[in-house]
Amino acid sequence: MSIAKGFMGWVDARFPLTKMWNEHLAEYYAPKNFNFWYFFGSLALMMLVMQIVTGIFLTMNYKPDAELAFASVEYIMRDVEWGWLIRYLHSTGASAFFIVVYLHMFRGLMYGSFKKPRELVWIFGMLIYVALMAEAFMGYLLPWGQMSYWGAQVIISLFGTIPFGIGEPVAEWIRGDFVIADATLNRFFAFHVIAVPMILLMLVVAHIIALHEVGSNNPDGVEIKKNKDKNGIPLDGIPFHPYYSVKDIVGVVVFLILFSVVLFFTPDLWGWFLEKDNFIPANPLKTPEHIVPLWYFTPFYAILRAVPPILGSQFPGVAAMAMAIVFLFLVPWLDRSPVKSIRYRGGIYKIALTFFVISFLVLGWLGTQPAGGIYLILSQIFSIVYFAFFILMPWYTMIDKTKPVPERVTEK
Amino acid sequence: MSKEGVDLGRRRFLTATTTVVGGAGVVAALVPFITYMTPSARARAAGAPVEADFSKLEPGKVMTIEWRKKPVWIVYRTEQNMADLPTLNKALADPASKVPQQPAYVKGDARAIKPTYAVMIGICTHLGCSPTYRPEMGPADLGADWKGGFYCPCHGSKFDLSGRVYVGAPAPTNLVVPPHKYLSETKIMIGVDQEGATA
Repeated sequence: MSIAKGFMGWVDARFPLTKMWNEHLAEYYAPKNFNFWYFFGSLALMMLVMQIVTGIFLTMNYKPDAELAFASVEYIMRDVEWGWLIRYLHSTGASAFFIVVYLHMFRGLMYGSFKKPRELVWIFGMLIYVALMAEAFMGYLLPWGQMSYWGAQVIISLFGTIPFGIGEPVAEWIRGDFVIADATLNRFFAFHVIAVPMILLMLVVAHIIALHEVGSNNPDGVEIKKNKDKNGIPLDGIPFHPYYSVKDIVGVVVFLILFSVVLFFTPDLWGWFLEKDNFIPANPLKTPEHIVPLWYFTPFYAILRAVPPILGSQFPGVAAMAMAIVFLFLVPWLDRSPVKSIRYRGGIYKIALTFFVISFLVLGWLGTQPAGGIYLILSQIFSIVYFAFFILMPWYTMIDKTKPVPERVTEK
Repeated sequence: MSKEGVDLGRRRFLTATTTVVGGAGVVAALVPFITYMTPSARARAAGAPVEADFSKLEPGKVMTIEWRKKPVWIVYRTEQNMADLPTLNKALADPASKVPQQPAYVKGDARAIKPTYAVMIGICTHLGCSPTYRPEMGPADLGADWKGGFYCPCHGSKFDLSGRVYVGAPAPTNLVVPPHKYLSETKIMIGVDQEGATA
């Protein structure tokens, strides 16, 4: 015991290990009323670790070469010991990661976790989300299947629509060739395994440091730091470790049970997590009959298709798609409500958030459907609903009737 | 830190000059890294012209040739197809091909050097998918007015058999006709202009 203590003393004199442990775990006081929705932050962190670990093992056998990539993935799936498991953990894990992140973001919208003083927590979170989309998009090219190829073709062509003659050079610069080619695959590999993961890790650190600076929000949207005991510890706070570290393990177990069901019984979730056409090698001369991005991009894809070309340019659709994400960044300043949590907001915000979630889900479904006809009209209607949530937010959050917020957190 | 005896003006000058020089160095260092990602010399050289022999192509059929890694279609249009082309003009966004998506020697409704054979790059001008050949007349999904053409499965753009885009399609312009020349009755070279032509 004293040897261990002596060793820790030696380390602490040279590196603030105990200080960091206390600040972020043992003496980080989180509100005691966290509910189910608060599992998704730690689950997102776990998914990041899972993607990094499985990714490292996949790179041991994957070949970032247009001639070899498809076969090397099949080699991992068939001939490498446990290769199928590592690969499916990674590919199914990507979708699971997005599910967790979307639920985590919804939690933020529900309980006003983006509101002052947590604007930067939200901004860092949104940057993580954007980096994650880049990571997923580039990762999907690597198996070099038909959907990899044509999905990348469409997304990179989006940059080609930038007006004033800069679009095409930019698209060429991204591809490193005049079409999607070996050069594109090779650089996407570099970004997918080195550049973006490093950015993601740094952003996650920033997200957590910012969160621990201001303290966690909670389902009541009450600032627990307002009521402290004589030792300066929030009355409604409990140390993250061991209370939430142990509680989160329960969340991890339940999540892994559900994840395993998908992983072992339908790793491609009937074409939703890995599209059927991606089991066909990329063919630059033939577009698949029905091309769709993976489910986590489809809401934005539906918005892209909903906007008709203006003055012979597809750029407005691309701009609308970008705005769909930019608006999310602005939520902390669009929301004028005096209260944080949906529990004490009026009916208008509840209805608005419900419509927003519905529009997001419906757009997600529409993005998987063929273009044109009734689908196009529905995409346009739900795109308007999506944007109305943000554009009208300053107005409806201001007039919305709020209930009095309690002084202390409540527990049901 | 003590500021006693410090020449603040000199310090400010040194701070500013080192920042500017260092900043210029960073910008200069970006040049090779950014240029590194543009198409390499090998990628640029791979754009050589290719020959296409379509002597075995039957009327109403299409064949695909690879040129600069892009699909190039050669469509053998039937007499009925040729008669249908002018009737579509009202439904098209740019029936007279005013937007320069083709060499100057390719003109008219046929958009071809030899009217029966259309040569075009099979990449949708919208977001780069390769449209599907739909030669049938008036299929259920494309409407009774459909006289054959190309339908893009990605975003629903429609083109006629000359690669002219329909009004209301997300694609902004007609399909691109690559520079090409006839070597014989049924053989073309894609990637070079017709002799004497200025493209």
